[in-house]
Amino acid sequence: MRRDLIVVGAGPAGLCAAIEAAGQGLDVVVYDENAKPGGQLFKQIHKFFGSKEHRARERGFRIGEQLLQEAADLGVEVVLGAPVIGLYQGLTVQAQIDARIERVRANGVILATGASENMIPFPGWTLPGVIGAGAAQTMANLHGIRPGNDLLMVGCGNVGVVVAYQMLQAGCRVRAMIDAGSTIGGYGVHAAKVARTGVPFHLGHTIVRAEGDARVESATIAQVDDRWQPVPGTEKQLDVDTVCLAVGLSPSIQLAAMAGCRMLHLPEMGGRVPVRREDCSTSVSGLYVVGDAGGIEEASSAMIQGRMAGMACAMEQGFISPVVGKDRLRMLRDSLDRLREGPFGERIRGAENRMQAVLPSRLEETA
Amino acid sequence: MSDPLSKPVLLSQSLSTKGYLLPEDLAQASGVPSAQRRQQGPVAVFECVQEIPCNPCEQACEEGAVRVGERITTCPELVAEACTGCAKCVAACPGQAVFVVDESRGELAHVTMPYEFLPLPKKGQRVTALDRSGMVLGPAEIVRVRCSKTMDATATVTMAVPRDWAMLARFFRMDRDQESPPLPSTRESEQ
Repeated sequence: MRRDLIVVGAGPAGLCAAIEAAGQGLDVVVYDENAKPGGQLFKQIHKFFGSKEHRARERGFRIGEQLLQEAADLGVEVVLGAPVIGLYQGLTVQAQIDARIERVRANGVILATGASENMIPFPGWTLPGVIGAGAAQTMANLHGIRPGNDLLMVGCGNVGVVVAYQMLQAGCRVRAMIDAGSTIGGYGVHAAKVARTGVPFHLGHTIVRAEGDARVESATIAQVDDRWQPVPGTEKQLDVDTVCLAVGLSPSIQLAAMAGCRMLHLPEMGGRVPVRREDCSTSVSGLYVVGDAGGIEEASSAMIQGRMAGMACAMEQGFISPVVGKDRLRMLRDSLDRLREGPFGERIRGAENRMQAVLPSRLEETA
Repeated sequence: MSDPLSKPVLLSQSLSTKGYLLPEDLAQASGVPSAQRRQQGPVAVFECVQEIPCNPCEQACEEGAVRVGERITTCPELVAEACTGCAKCVAACPGQAVFVVDESRGELAHVTMPYEFLPLPKKGQRVTALDRSGMVLGPAEIVRVRCSKTMDATATVTMAVPRDWAMLARFFRMDRDQESPPLPSTRESEQ
C-alpha cells in the first residue's frame, strides 16, 4: 500500500498538515497513538493569543473541534490507537494497530509527534499526588476531576501559569508557584491573573521533597543559590496534597532520529531537534517535522508549521504549481513571523537562524 | 545555567518576579488613561506591558479606541477620547488584562473585570475586593454581571469600590472561597 502523505500525530500541527495537503488533493492518512484525536488542543480551555489569522480569542478545544470537522470533510483518514513504531528508508512507516503491524510506504511523511513533559526527581516524587501539568489538565479539563485540593506548582513558564489558573478554575487552592529561575518565564498576563487571586510566586526556589505515607501530605521548598542548589535553612513546608510539575517539555524526536534526519542540539528549542528548513522539511527527502516535535513553541505556530509542511508536500508531489505553492508558503511564513516577533520570539528566531545556516531556505529560490 | 526556555523579559521587576504589576509600572503604559479621563466616565485600562503577539483588543473595539498596528507584539495604545467604556475588549482579551474603570460616580468607583470562574457573583452581592497581588482591600459590592454568547464564557463583572481603589482593585473574593471544597469521590475510593 502506498499513500501520498502519512502524518504522524493528530494534534494541532498534524491536523493542519493533513488539512492543507488534502485540500490540494493528496490522499492523506493520520496515525495517532491516542484513543482520541486533537493532541493537547482539547485540554486548552483558554483563549489563544495571536491575531485573527492565528485564531486568536478562540479557545483551544473549539479550534480542535473545527480542525477535526475540516479534516473529515476533506476525506482525511484518521487512525487512532495506532502508535507509529518505525520509520524506515524510502519513507516506510510502521504502525501498530491493535495486534497487527501495518507497513505503509508514502511519498511524503510529516512528523507531528509533539513533546513529552520533563520531570525533576526529588525525594517523594513517586508518591501519588505528584503529577505533571499535562496530567492535571487531562484530569480537570477532559475528565472533570479536580486533581487535588491544595496544590504546589513547580515551574512558572507558560505551562505552569496557564495550568495553575485552570486548577483555580477547577476549584483547587494553589498554595504557591515556584521556579528555580530568577524570573517568571510565562507571559506576565497569565501570571497576573493567578497572582490577583492571592497565589504567591516564589522565584529562585526549588522543591526539596514531597512528604507523606501513602500520598502527598506536604511538600518542602527552599531557596536556591546561584548554582541552583538548595540553601540550608531556607526550607518552608507547605500543606499540599498535590505537586504539579511544569518544568519544560522535550521534543519527541525518536522517529526523526530513526529516519536519519540531521540533528542539532538547540537548548532554546528544548534539546535535540531535527534540523529543518523554513518549510519544515528535514535533511531526509520527503520528510517533514512540525510543531513541538521540531522545537518547543506553542499551538498557534504549530498549526502554521503544519500548513506549511502540508503545502510543501503538495508542491513537491506536483499537486500544485511551484509558483502558487511558494506564494502560499511565503504567506504562511509571514504569518508565523508575526507570531514570533518581540522578546518572547527571540529564542525561536535565533534557533531558526542556526538551523537555516545548515539547511538553507527553499522559498526564495526561483521556481 | 539559566533555562533558555524561560528567558527573562524584564519590564516590571514585580511582574517578572511576583506576577503582578505595581501602580508605578502602569504610569508609563500606553494603554492606561489619565486620572482626568477616568473621572469623565467609564474607560478601558490596558494592563498589558509585555510585547506578546496578540491583538484581539484592537479587533474587538468598534470605536477605534485601541491601536496595536501591523506588528502584533506592540502593546495596545488607548485612544482615551474615543473609548466609550463598553468593555467589549475586556472579554476579548485572551490575557484577561483589560479593565474598565469609572471614576465619575462620586464616592464610589466602578471597576469592570474579566471573570472566568463559577459560580458567577450576583448583582448586589457583597464581596471582598482584592488588589493585583490578591491582597485584601476591603468590602465591595457587585453591581453588574454580563456574559453573552460573543463573550465566550468570559463574564465581565463590575464591582463598586471606594474611589481610592479604582486603580487598585482588580479582583474579588466571595465568602464561599474560604470553605474547603470536598474531595473528589474517586480520590477516596482509591484509599
